[in-house]
Amino acid sequence: MSAALAPAPAHAGLAPAVAGPVTQVRVIRSEWVKLRALRSTWSCMLIAVMLIVGVGAVFAGGKPYRVSAAHPAAAAVSVSLFGILVAQLVIGALGVLVFSGEYGTGMIRASLAAVPSRLPVLWAKLIVLAGLVLPVTLVAALADFFVATAIQSARGASAISLTDPGVLRTVAGAALYLSVAAVIGLALGALFRKTAAGLSAFAAVFFVAPIVLPHLPQAVAGIAPYLPSSAGGSLWGQPLVAHPLSPWTGFAVLCGYAVVLVGLAAWQLRRRDA
Amino acid sequence: MRGRIVIEIDGLTKRYGDKTAVDELSFVVEPGVVTGFLGPNGAGKSTTMRMIAGLDRPTSGTVRVNGKHYPHCAAPMAELGILLDARSVHPGLSARNNLLALARTAGIGRRRVDQVIELAGLADVAGTRSGGFSLGMGQRLGVAAALLGQPQTVVLDEPVNGLDPDGVRWIRLLLKSLADEGRTVFVSSHLMSEMAQTATRLVIVGRGKLIAETSVEDFIGRAAVGDVLVRTPEPTGLGEALAGPGVTVTSDGTDVLRVSGVTAEQIGTAACRAHVPVFELTPNRASLEEAFMQVTQDSLEYHAGVAR
Repeated sequence: MSAALAPAPAHAGLAPAVAGPVTQVRVIRSEWVKLRALRSTWSCMLIAVMLIVGVGAVFAGGKPYRVSAAHPAAAAVSVSLFGILVAQLVIGALGVLVFSGEYGTGMIRASLAAVPSRLPVLWAKLIVLAGLVLPVTLVAALADFFVATAIQSARGASAISLTDPGVLRTVAGAALYLSVAAVIGLALGALFRKTAAGLSAFAAVFFVAPIVLPHLPQAVAGIAPYLPSSAGGSLWGQPLVAHPLSPWTGFAVLCGYAVVLVGLAAWQLRRRDA
Repeated sequence: MRGRIVIEIDGLTKRYGDKTAVDELSFVVEPGVVTGFLGPNGAGKSTTMRMIAGLDRPTSGTVRVNGKHYPHCAAPMAELGILLDARSVHPGLSARNNLLALARTAGIGRRRVDQVIELAGLADVAGTRSGGFSLGMGQRLGVAAALLGQPQTVVLDEPVNGLDPDGVRWIRLLLKSLADEGRTVFVSSHLMSEMAQTATRLVIVGRGKLIAETSVEDFIGRAAVGDVLVRTPEPTGLGEALAGPGVTVTSDGTDVLRVSGVTAEQIGTAACRAHVPVFELTPNRASLEEAFMQVTQDSLEYHAGVAR
């Protein structure tokens, strides 16, 4: 057994070192190894895709939609994307787990010892998460669009194409919205460090607040359109609430929340003991 | 020429609220030998090691690894490999992916990953999720991770924990071979007997304070010499054979003798020459542990029976 103990002769002694400097690109590759290899990543993505397309297909089985001046084509697409309201919780959970999973298992200590400047780890996690969620949800939203319009036109509804006003923005907006939601989940996971706390915070902001707030006195209820989910919902025409903000302004508000939370997460990651 | 490969700790202090975990600790860990970091549980060993790795920020004082503040190292994995006491692997990832994720940050290739898997004896389980690993296998994986970057300095927190005898032997040989290659090797333990077999130098702490910085040889020399338990059907005959200056033989009237002042080897040889059969010959190693206890007693955080 002792023969296997000594490092191989070619690597014996202090030179040559096999470890090079840490670069942002290398840390991104490292984070991709983790995200790709975890089962939870793919189960979350699969559930999200099934929710988006499945709920869209069910809703498309309803009354045939007639496009008119009062009923634009994009609104029909927004309704078919209704599954996002549930899928966002799954995507948010995936985001939370990116950090809380490492804090919960202790892996964060190995990760941060390998990258002692720390911030490259946060940027890399953001990039690989958004890099996975954006294309997958875009494909899901497109699939939802084609499935729903196929079912609707079979039932005699008005034909809707991707080139109709606002339709492409609604479909792409769904993917953009979910990607930023994932980023917010990641920031909450980094801030709270615990999966349960991060998930609760995410659900409270994205799911509970939009339901509760409108029932509160006018002064508080007035901020409802500026909640992340409602503001960001403007981009894909979230069907449950009114959208006083224009689509891209609303999306900018959502991104503002993400930037602030990621900034806090970065500040804390640098400052706090791991 | 390469810089000095050492760990320099100067006035290191860590407070959590009003509790001081590490108190004005200063010492140097030199390359080429295994240095043991010895102290009772709660003495601040793990906190010190986390500060060496830059995971915890010192309240005051400095840590330098090879002359640099570790968080400012360009190629950290080439400087320092660390195993922390708690498991620091993701149970949802296989051993190979855990290692590969760390390797990628430093541009280390799959060949080196497979090499450390082989080195740690994990080749058979490299592809399975590490969540199912035993404590010993988890320790082996942690050691493999610490060695990934061929670091000049290796810091291991209680590496022997949970290892079977085969694993303990593996760690001892590994530490020696790393030190022989000129690396700095710093290993913590709360067991003096373990350190006596592994380390050459000792840094002893208690309650976060430095108690002694010494060599194992000196420490054992200063400690009371242990006695040896001998079981023989002819206690009187053996007692006579062993008689000599500085040798004490005590008997409790049965076939058991307690002998101090000579080694077990000397007793065995003497018994052979005197044609006295010996059924049992047990060096009383507890004395080493007792010496350690004596040294650390005042600094023990929790005395038995004392409520807080």
